[in-house]
Amino acid sequence: MGKGAFEGIKVADFTWAGVGPLIVKYLADNGATAVRLESMKRPDWVRISGPYKDGKPGIDRSCYWAYLNPNRLSMALNLAHPKGREIAKQFISWADVVAENYTVGTMEKWGLGYEEVKKIKPDIIMLRTSNQGQTGPHATHPGFGIQLVGLVGFPQITGWPDREPSPMPVAYTDLIAPRFGAAALIAALDYREKTGKGQLLDLSQLEAALNFMTPVVLDYVVNGRESMRAGNQCPSAAPHGVYRCKGDDRWCAIAIFTDKEWKAFCTVLENPPWTQARQFSTFLSRKANEEELDKLIEEWTVNFTPEEVMERMQQKGVAAGVVKNAADIYQDPQLKMRNYLWELNHREMGPVTHMGQAFVLSRTPAEGRKAAPCLGEHTEYVCREILGMSDEEFVALYNEGVLE
Amino acid sequence: MNQTNKESLLGNTRALDLTDDKGFLCGKILGELGCDVIKIEPPGGDPARRIGPFHHDTPHPEKSLLWLAYNTSKRSITLSIESKDGMEIFRRLVKTADFIIESFPPGRMDNMGLGYPELSRIDPRIILTSITPFGQNGPYRDYKAPDIVGVALGGLLYMTGDPDRPPVRIGLPQAYLHAAAEAAVGTMIAYYHRERIGEGQWVDVSIQHSLISTLANFIPIWEQRGIISQRVGSYRTGLTAGARQRQVWRCKDGYVCFGILAGTVPRSNRSMVEWMDSEGMADEYLKEMNWDNFDMFTLTQEIQDRIEEPISRFFLKHTKEELYEEAIRRRIMLYPVSTPQDLMENPQLKSRDFWVEVEYPHLKDTIKTPGAFVKASETPCQIKYPAPCIGEHNQEIYQGELSFSEEELVFFKQAGVI
Repeated sequence: MGKGAFEGIKVADFTWAGVGPLIVKYLADNGATAVRLESMKRPDWVRISGPYKDGKPGIDRSCYWAYLNPNRLSMALNLAHPKGREIAKQFISWADVVAENYTVGTMEKWGLGYEEVKKIKPDIIMLRTSNQGQTGPHATHPGFGIQLVGLVGFPQITGWPDREPSPMPVAYTDLIAPRFGAAALIAALDYREKTGKGQLLDLSQLEAALNFMTPVVLDYVVNGRESMRAGNQCPSAAPHGVYRCKGDDRWCAIAIFTDKEWKAFCTVLENPPWTQARQFSTFLSRKANEEELDKLIEEWTVNFTPEEVMERMQQKGVAAGVVKNAADIYQDPQLKMRNYLWELNHREMGPVTHMGQAFVLSRTPAEGRKAAPCLGEHTEYVCREILGMSDEEFVALYNEGVLE
Repeated sequence: MNQTNKESLLGNTRALDLTDDKGFLCGKILGELGCDVIKIEPPGGDPARRIGPFHHDTPHPEKSLLWLAYNTSKRSITLSIESKDGMEIFRRLVKTADFIIESFPPGRMDNMGLGYPELSRIDPRIILTSITPFGQNGPYRDYKAPDIVGVALGGLLYMTGDPDRPPVRIGLPQAYLHAAAEAAVGTMIAYYHRERIGEGQWVDVSIQHSLISTLANFIPIWEQRGIISQRVGSYRTGLTAGARQRQVWRCKDGYVCFGILAGTVPRSNRSMVEWMDSEGMADEYLKEMNWDNFDMFTLTQEIQDRIEEPISRFFLKHTKEELYEEAIRRRIMLYPVSTPQDLMENPQLKSRDFWVEVEYPHLKDTIKTPGAFVKASETPCQIKYPAPCIGEHNQEIYQGELSFSEEELVFFKQAGVI
């Protein structure tokens, strides 16, 4: 294995749930040493949610937690204990980066707000991320990304015009915000090396996710228009939709923007008479008769698997794609080329799948160096190797319930 | 757009941004971090300027709101990099740059003589970031992927929609944004490596691959339990063994997001029931729930439905503003579903000075726009400039920086180079 880009960078990782761990993942997968400070009494919420390996629940058996957390060390530390907080401070003085995404005020409660952290390590970079940022009247309001998607407005524009919103059933903002946090954090690390200056990075997940809504916002600001749910329609394409194919709940997306693509599309269908009809001869007429058009297309697509539809269309330069479900993604030939999942040997679960990184760096690719840790798997190791603790100190702290 | 005197994170760097809408957001992120981003448009303007919506609904290349949304903090020059002279100019610009961001189909840069091997010969420290539908290699490499095809092949599309209708995409195209944001991180990692080791590299970003994280736990669920997570309308299933849980609820004047959760956060459920009880709307079943032992893994649909029924009646009695205000007071994990108007009036965003007024003289308008994406204490990030007009900075860069004469510029214009 090569050296990652962040070889030698040290992270005191106070993160949990989604956004924080995904930000640290960019550093850890690229060679940083990240020590996750975890609580046995109040474990990361994802650690106690499924799916569990072999269906057996257990704090070290969540496959989703593992999926998100490769390349981390885990230390079990009781931050409710004053001595636990002293140990946390030792980690901070060791670290280049402190990352946290607790509900605003939690780190302060432990005496680990930015001002304190800066006293311990003046050039620290502290990445703090929360639903709505560290300041402002709603900063301390608790919540997860699954609820924050509402505040950003995604459900308002997702679904059918005659139905209730049908939003993505995941904490969508959790999967947007990490990129923004990581880009700023890495730039700040470089800046620190050049100037010696650390700083506080305050990432509001609401503000980051609004980058994925900007045209909708501007359309309101400039034109007074409130975008609503529009199914799969697109103002500049017809046909543009998702068509039923052969099989159970199998679909293919097709999108046609130009006359050239329309001609190629008709060729793939072997030019049935309706494709030559006047009501479909121009973009405007296709748009005006879109419902009828969609029905006719579906009469053709139901005879083929979505893979067949995609291949026939793409070979002729028509944009089409299988609507892939989790099983399809799991065996996707294109993603496999990109080493998108890492199978790593977990201490408790054995071989288990971890998520890779979505870009390929030609010289310093991200790598699955080690599996996600069991809770506290490295407590003894980091106490000795990083904090230089003696056996006696370690045992004493363990017996006092400081180390867990 | 407060120009501050403080330094910026990437103040000493330059990016040449050759992307179309597949990659706009990448350069925007770098620009907010302080990078000097030069958007290189083909003569006549970037094709994505034809994408709506438009300012006052007037289609015009200088009025695309998509352009305005994702090209702030950039300067614009026009340059035909496919012409011989254009390529020479581009090669000169490469020597002044740290990052090149492009979203051409795989192989096109190579065919133009501007592939990574050639660029790294010009400057071994250069970082090339390529954003393509599926990456530089593989069986889908040459497939087309507008948004709906991207979200289909990336798995995001299958999850959204009502069970009795086809999967439905998010109303604003998302696939490219995921890829462009990933590209910004990949570019930063390559930059960090370069600043320490001295060598540049090629960052290969795939739109399809960028969507994999949006599947959350659906791959582990398939792998462990053989279950394909289905679209469930306003509900979700990912946290339970199968029971669907309502996620978006109707209220008096719109919708709110709220979910019954277990684990370390039972307080939100309890507070909700207390509030309902104070208005006489919590039934005995709800009041007797032991939230500390509430286990989503063993949750049955029957129990979940019994919990949800009185809650959905309660929400219908209140507006989203009432619900949100009281939720904040009682620390209930509830959020309204915002309309754009709600966002503009959101007191939290106001108090953080999130919105910035961006002046567009050519539109005779000042447009309130989302501000910088992060608050950095030492190196404030900001929307540095409005989104540029086509070739707005030609003179500044060609004459000011590259020292071309007036005559040469006239020649280049006539030859269709700029």
